[in-house]
Amino acid sequence: MPDIEAIADRAASATPHGVAKVVRGLSDRSIAWLFVAPTMVLLLAINIFPLIWTVYLSFTNFASNRPNRPVVNVGLKWYQDILSSPEIWAAMQATAHFVFWTILFQTLIGFSLAYLIDRKFRGHAFWTTIILIPMMLSPAVVGNFWKFLYQPQIGLFNYVVSFFTGIPPSSFEMLGSVTLAPWAIVIVDTWMWTPYVMLICLAGLRSIPDYILEAAEVDRASRWQQFWSITLPMALPFIMLAVLFRGIENFKMFDMVMLLTGGGPGSTTELASIALKRQAFEAYRTGYSSAFAIILFVVVFGLANVYVKALNKVKQR
Amino acid sequence: MSGASTTAHSVVEPSANSKRLAGFLVILYAVVSMVPLAWIFATGWKTPPDSISYPPKVVFNPSLEGYCNLFTTRTRQTAEYIAALGAPNGECDEVTRRREMVIAGASNYLPRFANSLIIAFGSTFLAVSLGVFSAYAFSRFKIPLADDLLFFILSTRMMPPIAVAIPIYLMYRALGLSDSALGMILLYTAVNVSLAVWLLKGFIDEIPREYEEAAMIDGYTRLQAFFKVVLPQAATGIAATAIFCMIFAWNEYAFAVLLTSGQAQTAPPFIPTIIGEGGMDWPAVGAGTTLFLIPIVVFTVLLRKHLLRGITFGAVRK
Repeated sequence: MPDIEAIADRAASATPHGVAKVVRGLSDRSIAWLFVAPTMVLLLAINIFPLIWTVYLSFTNFASNRPNRPVVNVGLKWYQDILSSPEIWAAMQATAHFVFWTILFQTLIGFSLAYLIDRKFRGHAFWTTIILIPMMLSPAVVGNFWKFLYQPQIGLFNYVVSFFTGIPPSSFEMLGSVTLAPWAIVIVDTWMWTPYVMLICLAGLRSIPDYILEAAEVDRASRWQQFWSITLPMALPFIMLAVLFRGIENFKMFDMVMLLTGGGPGSTTELASIALKRQAFEAYRTGYSSAFAIILFVVVFGLANVYVKALNKVKQR
Repeated sequence: MSGASTTAHSVVEPSANSKRLAGFLVILYAVVSMVPLAWIFATGWKTPPDSISYPPKVVFNPSLEGYCNLFTTRTRQTAEYIAALGAPNGECDEVTRRREMVIAGASNYLPRFANSLIIAFGSTFLAVSLGVFSAYAFSRFKIPLADDLLFFILSTRMMPPIAVAIPIYLMYRALGLSDSALGMILLYTAVNVSLAVWLLKGFIDEIPREYEEAAMIDGYTRLQAFFKVVLPQAATGIAATAIFCMIFAWNEYAFAVLLTSGQAQTAPPFIPTIIGEGGMDWPAVGAGTTLFLIPIVVFTVLLRKHLLRGITFGAVRK
C-alpha cells in the first residue's frame, strides 16, 4: 500500500494555487453530475436520438434511396405487415433454431469443461487460456475462414468428417445444403463461444465453498448426490447468466453468419439481423425495416432486463 | 478463489486418476479447438494451388506468396514481357513472375489495417476517459436513480447493431460523418463507454474509500484525490478495460461494413474481399487473417486474469 500522506503532500505542492481554489469550490454533487454528464450526452446523441428517429421512421413510408419523396404517415401498417409476413416468421424460426441449439451445446460442453478444469490438474491455467482464444476473435473474420474450412472438395472440415466416417468429402456441402447449413452455423458458433460459457461456469464452480462439499463428504453423500444437490444448484445462477447473455447475443447474430452463409442457401440461415439488413440496406424499405428494428429492440431490451437482474443476483454471491 | 484452503489433506481434493482423466479431456478439447486456427495460419504460408489441393496438404513447402499477394496488386503479362524485365527485385517479385504476373502496386490491406488501429485507439481512449469519470461518480456518490441509469447505460450496448445502423446511417449522411474515421470513433466510443462504465465501476468499488478520505483530510480537494489517489490505484483496471474496448473496436464488423467504404474501412470488412484470379485467394486471406488475429491472441493471454470480469461487465470477479 502506498504512503498516502507522501502522495498527498507531493500532489498538494504540485497543484497551482489558482487551480486549487477553483476546483475546491466544486461540491460533490456538482462533480457527480460533471462526471456523468459527458457519457449521458454521448449515449443520448448516438443511441437514444437514433432510436427515437427509428420509431418515427417506422410510421412513415420513407425510403433512404429516395430522400426527396414526400414522407407520408402510414400508421401501424409496417408493424401489421411484419407480423403477418411469412419471410419474417421464417427468419424468426431460423433465429430460434440457432439460439436454441447453440445455447444447448455451449452449456453442455462449457459446463463439462469447467467441471473438468475445476479438477485442477497440472497446467490447467495454461490450457484454460488456450481454450479461451476463439471467443476473443473477430466474428466476421472467423466466419470468413470457416467458409474456407467448409469448402466441399478442398476444405478441412469435410476431409476430417470423411476420414472418420468414410463419407466421400465431396458428397455433402455444409454451406450449400438446405439441411446442413443451419447446423454449419451452429457448429461455428459453438466452437467460438463454448469458452465463454465455460469461463462463467468455472467461476460458479469456484464460488462453492469447500466446507459444503467437505460436510457432504463427511455425511457420506455419494459423488453423484453431491453433484446434483450441491454443485449444480450452486452453479446454476452462473449458468443462467451465461445462457441469458448468449441468448441475447445470438438473437442479434449478424457478422459471423453473414460472412459464412450470407443467409443462404435460399434463406435457410437468414437470421433476424440478416433479414433486417436485407430490408434496410438492399431493398431500402427504410420504414418497414425500422418497424422490424423496433420489434427486435423490444425483445432484446426485455431480455437485457432479465439479464441485469441475474447479474445482480450473481454479484451478491 | 479458495486455492489456499484446498490443501492436499482436503477430502474434496480430486484423486490423481480423476485429475489425469480431466487433464486429458481438457487438453484434447483445447488442441482440437485450435486446429481451425492452425489451419488458417498454415494456409497463409501455402501457394494458391497447395491451398486448394485434395487431400488437404498438411506438409507443404512454405511460400511467401500469400503474404506477397496480401500486400500487392498484380497484373497478368505475357511471358515475353516478363522475360524482357531485369532481374526480379526481391522474393515477392520472383514469386509473382512465376505466375506470369507483375506487381502493379500496393494493396489496400495496410491502409485498412491502419484504419483499424486509428479507430480502435481513438475510440478506446475516448470511451475509457469518459467511462472512468462516470464510473467514479457511480461508485462514490449518491446519484438519483443510479440503478436505472446504469441499466440504461448497459442496455445501449445490447441493442442490435443493424437496428441502430439504420438511423446512424441517415444521421451520418446528413452530418457528413459517413465513411469517416471520426464517425466510426464516435460510434465505437458510444458502444464501448457502457462496458467501460460497468467494468471500471467494479474496479473503483474495490479501492477503499479511506484512501481518498485520508487524502482529503490532508487538504486534497475531491478532484485532486480522484486524480492523484484513485486513478493510480485503478491503473490495472483501466488498462484491462482499455484492452476490452480495443478488442471490440478491432473486431467490429456490422457498423464498419454498413457505414464505411473507401476512406475509413477497417480490416474486418476488407479481409473477406481479398480475391485472386478465379475465386478467393486463400493464402492471402490466411496471411491477412493471421496478421489481424495475432494482436488479439496476445491480448487474450495478457488479459487472462481479467477476462471473466470483462465478459460479465464486471459483475463476476472470480
